[in-house]
Amino acid sequence: MKKTYNIEVDCANCAQKMENAANTVEGIVKATVSFMTQKMNVEFAEGANEKNVMKEVLKACKKVEDDCEIEF
Amino acid sequence: MTKKQKKVLKRIIISAALTFFIALFEHIILGKAGDDYRFPVLGEFFHKYHFLLLLLYLVPYFIIGHDILKKALKGIKNKQVFDENFLMAIATVGALILGAVTCGEEGGYLEGVAVMLFYQIGELFQAVAIGKSRKNISALMDIRPDYANIEDENGNLVQVSPDEVGIGDIIVVKPGEKIPIDGCIVSGSASLDTKALTGESMPREAVEGDDVLSGCVNLSGLIKIKTTKPFGESTVSKILNLVENSSMKKSRSENFIAKFAHYYTPAVCYGALALAVLPPVIILIARGGMPFSEWAVTVLSSWVIRALTFLVISCPCALVISIPLSFFGGIGAASSRGILVKGSNYLEALSETGIIVFDKTGTLTKGVFEVTGIYPAKGEGTYSDRAGNLGEDELLKYAALAENYSDHPISKSLKEAYAKRLSENADNESISEAAEKKDNSDSIDKKTVIEVTDIEEIGGHGLTASVDGKKVAVGNIKLMNKLMLKADADNLPIGTIIYVAIDGMYAGYIVISDVVKENSKRAISELKKSGIRKTVMLTGDLKTVADSVGKELMLDEVKSELLPGDKVDCVEALLSEKRKKEKLAFVGDGINDAPVLSRADIGIAMGAMGSDAAIEAADVVLMDDDPAKISLAMRISRKCLRIVYENIIFALAVKFICLVLGALGIANMWIAIFADVGVMVIAVLNAIRCLNVKD
Repeated sequence: MKKTYNIEVDCANCAQKMENAANTVEGIVKATVSFMTQKMNVEFAEGANEKNVMKEVLKACKKVEDDCEIEF
Repeated sequence: MTKKQKKVLKRIIISAALTFFIALFEHIILGKAGDDYRFPVLGEFFHKYHFLLLLLYLVPYFIIGHDILKKALKGIKNKQVFDENFLMAIATVGALILGAVTCGEEGGYLEGVAVMLFYQIGELFQAVAIGKSRKNISALMDIRPDYANIEDENGNLVQVSPDEVGIGDIIVVKPGEKIPIDGCIVSGSASLDTKALTGESMPREAVEGDDVLSGCVNLSGLIKIKTTKPFGESTVSKILNLVENSSMKKSRSENFIAKFAHYYTPAVCYGALALAVLPPVIILIARGGMPFSEWAVTVLSSWVIRALTFLVISCPCALVISIPLSFFGGIGAASSRGILVKGSNYLEALSETGIIVFDKTGTLTKGVFEVTGIYPAKGEGTYSDRAGNLGEDELLKYAALAENYSDHPISKSLKEAYAKRLSENADNESISEAAEKKDNSDSIDKKTVIEVTDIEEIGGHGLTASVDGKKVAVGNIKLMNKLMLKADADNLPIGTIIYVAIDGMYAGYIVISDVVKENSKRAISELKKSGIRKTVMLTGDLKTVADSVGKELMLDEVKSELLPGDKVDCVEALLSEKRKKEKLAFVGDGINDAPVLSRADIGIAMGAMGSDAAIEAADVVLMDDDPAKISLAMRISRKCLRIVYENIIFALAVKFICLVLGALGIANMWIAIFADVGVMVIAVLNAIRCLNVKD
C-alpha cells in the first residue's frame, strides 16, 4: 500500500536525512522524500498499521532533523 | 516570507545592529591596545577585564545563533554529529574561544559572531529563494480544481469538494472556472483553455455531447457536465500525481551528491581536526623545548584558525540544494509547456539521447486521412472534354455528395474536405461581395438543395449514386475497369486514389493520404541540430508511403511494413548499436506501442491527453501531439543538465581552492563565508534559470 504525506522540512540535505531515517523504520518497504514538493511517499509493508508506523517514522525523522513535521 | 523566516530576519537585524555597535565601540572608541587608547581609563579597564567584551559579543551571538547551537547539541545526542549546524557551532565557538585566549588580539570575537550572522543570512536567503522558486514552479503545475458546482433541489448552485462528486452526477462549470472532473457536456457550449494540460494557447470549442477533460478552463459560456470518472481518476488528478511524484525519482547526479555528502562531511571534519592538531604537534616536536604557553598562543591558535576556516568553507549546502532545485525547475518548465517528465532521471536521460525512433502514424503524421489532391481529368473522352470544363471544387462536390450517406473513413475525409471548401468559398464570397458580385463558375452555391438518390454500393469497388440528376460513380480503379473507363494509372501521387466518373465519363481522381504534421519537419531538423545522431521511423505502412514521408522529413532511416512485434525487434537492434552513454528514445502515440515505449531507454508518448495507457507506459508524456515539443523537451533537459554540471563544478572548484587556501592560512574567515554562503546563493540563482527556456 502506498500513501503520500505532506511534510515540512527546511533543507534538501535534511530531506535526504529524513528519507534515510524513514527507510530504517520497521513496516516501511520504501520511503521517498521530495524536498521540492514537501511530500513523503511511503510504501507500507503488508499488514502494517499505518498510524503506528508513521509515528515511528516521525520519531526517527525528528532524531535526524529536529525541525521536520509530517502530517498524518 | 513565512512567519518563521520573518522571525529569523528580525533576529538577524537585531543581532547585526548590536554587533555593529559593539564592534564600533571596540575598534573606534577603545582602539587597539598597541596604540594609545583614546580614552585611557576605559581602554585599560576593558583590557584588564577582557571577558566583559566577550560578554558583550555573546549577546548578539546568542540572539542569532542559539538555534544552531541547540541543533548541534541535539545532533550530537542523536549521533548525527557531522552536519552544518555542528560545523557552524564548532567554527564560531572556536573563534570566540580563540578570541578569549588571545585577548581579542586576533579579532576572534567579531569573526565568531559575523560567521554565525552571515551563515544565518545565507540560510534565510536560501530559504526565501527556494521557497519562491518552489512556489513559482508549483504555480506552473497548479491545475488542481478547488471545488465543483452542483445544483441542489432548489436549483441553487452549491460548491462541493470534487472528491464528493460521483460518476454520472451533473456539475456546472461557469466561465472562468476550471473543469474539475472529466465528463461529457450535456448542455451549453464553451471555448476551453487547455493551456494547463497541453501548453497549447489556442482555445478549443466544445459543444453539447463533447467529452471534456478536467483541468481545462472554461473561458466563455455556462456548461453542464455529466461526469464520467471520479475525481481521483480524472485527468487532472492523474497529471498532478505524476508531476508531484516526479521529483521522487532521483537522477544520477542527485544520487551522486547524496552519496558524496555522506562521505564528504565527515571527511572534512576529520581533515579539520587533523589540520588543527597535527602541524602544531609536529612543530612542537621539531622545535623542541618551546614553552608550552608560547606554543599555544602562536602556533596552535593559528592552526586552529585555519581549521575553523576550513570547516566553514566546506559546507556542502550549495551542492545539496542547487541540484534538486535545477531538476525541479526543469520539470516545472517542461510541464508548463505540456511536457510531463516522470522523473529527474528521465530528464537527465533525455539530454543524453543520441537515437530517436519515431512511430509514423499519429506521431509524425496526423493519423487521419485528408484529401491531399484533386485532379480533374482533362484528356480525350473525359467528362471535361465532352460535357464542359470541370473544376476541382466540382469534382470534389460530386464525390462528396455521392458518398454522403456512407460511413467509410474515406467518405468522411471527402465530406470534410468538401465542407472546408464550402466555408472557404463562403468567406471569399463575402469579401468579394463588398467589391462586386462576381460570377464564379467554381463556387458552390450552398443554398440549393442537391438531391442524392439511387445510392448503390458495390462491395470492394465503391458506389454509384444519382447526384443532381447526374449518375456519379466513385470508387477505386476496379470500379473504373468495371465501368470500362480509361483512368489515369501512371505517375500517381502517393496515397489512396479515389476515381470519379460522371454520366459514364471518366472525370478525374482525388488523392487521400495521411498528412505529415506541420511541425514534423521543423522538429526533425531541430533535433538534428541539437545533436541527435540518428533519426529512425518505424511504421506498419506501405514502403512507398513510408519512404516518401521519410524523404520529406529527411529521416536517416525508415523501416516499413512492420508488424507490431517487429517494432520491438527493430528497437532492440538499435539499442544494441547505440554508443556508450548514449540513450535511445522512442516516440509513439501510445496506441499499440506500449511494449516499445517501455523497452526504449526513454519512452515518449504523444497526444496523450486523456489516454491512460500512454501515460502509464511512457516516461515522458507530451500532452498535445506537436512533435516540436520533443526538441523543446530536449532543450529543457540539456539546459537543466548544463546548469547542474555548472553548479557541481563551480561549487566544488571554489570550495576546493578555498579549502587549500584555508589550509595554507591564506584564506581568512571572510573568504570562508563567501565560499559557503556566496557559492550557495550563486548556485541557487543559477538553478532558477532552469525555469526559463525559450520556445
